[in-house]
Amino acid sequence: MDFLTIAVNITFAALSISLILSLIRIMVGPSLPDRVVALDLVAFLVIGFIATYSISVEQPVFLDAAIVLALIAFLGTLAFARYVRYANTQIGE
Amino acid sequence: MFEIISGIILLVGAFFVLVAAVGLIRLPDLLMRMHATTKAGTLGAGLILLAVAFTYGDVAVIAMVVATIIFIVLTAPVAAHMIGRSAYYVGIDLWQGTIVDELKKAYKEGKAGSDPQVKVEAEAESVSDDQKV
Repeated sequence: MDFLTIAVNITFAALSISLILSLIRIMVGPSLPDRVVALDLVAFLVIGFIATYSISVEQPVFLDAAIVLALIAFLGTLAFARYVRYANTQIGE
Repeated sequence: MFEIISGIILLVGAFFVLVAAVGLIRLPDLLMRMHATTKAGTLGAGLILLAVAFTYGDVAVIAMVVATIIFIVLTAPVAAHMIGRSAYYVGIDLWQGTIVDELKKAYKEGKAGSDPQVKVEAEAESVSDDQKV
């Protein structure tokens, strides 16, 4: 095993632990914005997973999925922010 | 040679991502959790993507990686700002050791300067307070 393979394995382990911690925060998070922030971090973690996997299997085409995921995560976070902001507003108020 | 550089950058990125997740779990407040995930998470994901660029060394891959990193760095603060602002407006619990809360003044008294949206929100909040009474 060369150094890059060991580094890829350690990175997979660290990303998995981070994903578990983020999912714990999504489950126990006391308010809705906490869960939105945790989902934002989960999107970053999945981008990291895709990048590490593209090193692991030597296929750089997976980076397209990383770009698309970054875009979708941004739009989703913005939509959640607006939803949190106007959640309790009556129509016409 | 490039494999060693790539591996080192990958490990540093993994460390920062782990720091972001631990901060998300351990910090006591929504704004502090956002502080951890936005900065450390962005840096970690950017470093892991940079490791991909160092691994392949191809022009197309480097262009894709640079585009992704620029997009993440541009959009992560915007998203965090939107979440933080709407969460503060909804009324999250700040950490009990918080000393300075300058935004409270702007929302309560309508001292928002030239930002009309904040004024409208302050008025809406006062209206809802009246309705509660």
